Amino acid sequence: MLEKFTVIKGRAVPLRGEDIDTDRIIPARFMKSVTFEGLGQYLFYDERFDEKGNPKPHPLNDPRYQGATILLVEAGFGSGSSREHAPQAIKRAGFRAIIGESFAEIFFGNATAIGLPCVSLAPEDLAVLFQAVEQDPNLEVEIDLVNKEVRFGDRVAPLFIREEAREALTEGLWDPIGELLQAGELLDQFDRKLPYPRRAE
Amino acid sequence: MGKTLYDKVWEAHEVRKLRNGQSQLFIDLHLLHEVTSPQAFGMLKDLGLKVRYPHRTFATVDHIVPTHDRTEPFQDPLAQAMLEALRENTKEHGITFFDLGSGNQGIVHVIGPQLGLTQPGMTIACGDSHTSTHGAFGAVAFGIGTSQVRDVLATQTLAAQKLKVRRINVEGKLGPGVYAKDVILHIIRSLGVKGGLGYAYEYGGSAVEAMDMESRMTLCNMSIEGGARIGYVNPDETTFAYLEGRPYSPKGAEWEEAKKRWLAFRSDPDATYDDVVTFRAEEIAPTVTWGITPGQAIPIDGRIPLLSELPEEERAVAEEALAYMGFQPGQPIKGVPIQVAFIGSCTNARLSDLREVARHLKGHKVKKGVRALVVPGSEWVARKAEEEGIAEIFREAGFAWRNPGCSMCLAMNPDRLEGDELAASSSNRNYKGRMGSPRGRTVLMSPVMVAAAAIAGEIADAREVFGIGR
Repeated sequence: MLEKFTVIKGRAVPLRGEDIDTDRIIPARFMKSVTFEGLGQYLFYDERFDEKGNPKPHPLNDPRYQGATILLVEAGFGSGSSREHAPQAIKRAGFRAIIGESFAEIFFGNATAIGLPCVSLAPEDLAVLFQAVEQDPNLEVEIDLVNKEVRFGDRVAPLFIREEAREALTEGLWDPIGELLQAGELLDQFDRKLPYPRRAE
Repeated sequence: MGKTLYDKVWEAHEVRKLRNGQSQLFIDLHLLHEVTSPQAFGMLKDLGLKVRYPHRTFATVDHIVPTHDRTEPFQDPLAQAMLEALRENTKEHGITFFDLGSGNQGIVHVIGPQLGLTQPGMTIACGDSHTSTHGAFGAVAFGIGTSQVRDVLATQTLAAQKLKVRRINVEGKLGPGVYAKDVILHIIRSLGVKGGLGYAYEYGGSAVEAMDMESRMTLCNMSIEGGARIGYVNPDETTFAYLEGRPYSPKGAEWEEAKKRWLAFRSDPDATYDDVVTFRAEEIAPTVTWGITPGQAIPIDGRIPLLSELPEEERAVAEEALAYMGFQPGQPIKGVPIQVAFIGSCTNARLSDLREVARHLKGHKVKKGVRALVVPGSEWVARKAEEEGIAEIFREAGFAWRNPGCSMCLAMNPDRLEGDELAASSSNRNYKGRMGSPRGRTVLMSPVMVAAAAIAGEIADAREVFGIGR
């Protein structure tokens, strides 16, 4: 049984910046592997460490935010490549959800398919949340996918997420493989009906 | 009410509705490469599943391939391991693999069209965001993640969600020295890198209809940089002329039938779109980027914007870009010194790209101190370029002529920037660190503009360097 994501509670780490691309999330040189293992340690590597490997000032290096499980981002997060390594690195670094203004299409799909919910807030609510978390790193943030709201302090902000993705997450259907396989014989019908490229003999 | 090509292809491939409201979509053609597939094969194994229709999947190796010395084992054992994994996985599951030295290896988005694998009306998926390239043929083609690669291997289907469609018209005639690359950079700079979120882009209008297939591929390739997961052009006689006689294209009576079927996928004249945008071809200049997103672009004779000229929401990224690139607001882009010139990538490494550069490059020399390399898109492109004398023109001019692969575009092989080197590049992404050095800088432009920069040793207007249109 897949996990059903209903309410996710935790502290959040604020990561400012628009259009943060997947090359920044996980630089390509760390994808030279046939597994996803160990990717978490390379999350935002070039932003967090200099060329000698010394830590740079970065929210993910800030001790006040250690142990945070919610990543707070701005608009256009995850643009660029289709590498699932990006959401995998975020998940493997210990994050359970992402709150932002908007997400790149492929990134959003990849994240959902591995059970990493990405929810959007209206810009004004997001701005308040950023400020609140920057002022109080211990602030508890609640993402309620059932009632479609994010709660923090005394504020309740409506969250936005594609209805299909929300349902998949709350019902534990976010990994579609089981349901796809159930199509069985229907698949063979499509394979017979639809042409595929063949090399002329 | 009329339908778009996207609507028609979707309807023909929708297997059924899933419980959460998504569609189960059949994928006609699945392409694999070595970076995003090994984990998918691992997942299949864990689940005890097989590749359901191996005749619908084709593989090649491109991202990690060294372009200088391809002797195996590679210097980089991690790269060698990825190649071995793909060899084993394709062999075990009966998948056609275009390996190094097969004559057909190359960048996955170059070989698909070149072999005739890519055909109109198809759904095409690959674990690579530039799969949008194949839309040039009137296919619905898009990048997927590794879990979805697993889904396609196991079921030939995906859980998918229908996008909205934006029609983008480019009307009129492109000026001399202005290419498809300039058109797409212009579109992205106008609509923004988030402009295409939730949309498929349908490109049309007289300037697009006049483009050859390889230009249309460049156009569709960078849809994703504009936020659109899918970009396509309706198939026409230009499409058919390109496909006829390719190794995997239908032959004989099947060819005639296929053309009829393909034409029926074209968007209806009365199709309804969720949005329509029109550009004038004459207003598009050779365009180059100045920042760290593909939307931060200006005409070659333009100036880098002042922060006060930008909409408020773009200022923070602009400031970050200026600091990273070492540029001043308001400075001209022309005249910025370069250290590296790169011609290659799935955007611009096809035979017509190389032919067009060679036509202008003949008799010129790369400026001393500039490291210039050209990486053909495939073994076939490289072979043709040798036969036509194009490779020799590049060598004569001082370019290193390399073996095919993705190379410096994302630097998963030994080709990379050092320190804060600045590259004039025909690739598709100018992200921070993209070309392998965490401080490396990328300025995107057309291949002819890269050649002009290589000769001038600085960002230059190819129309002036080569006297184009004079």
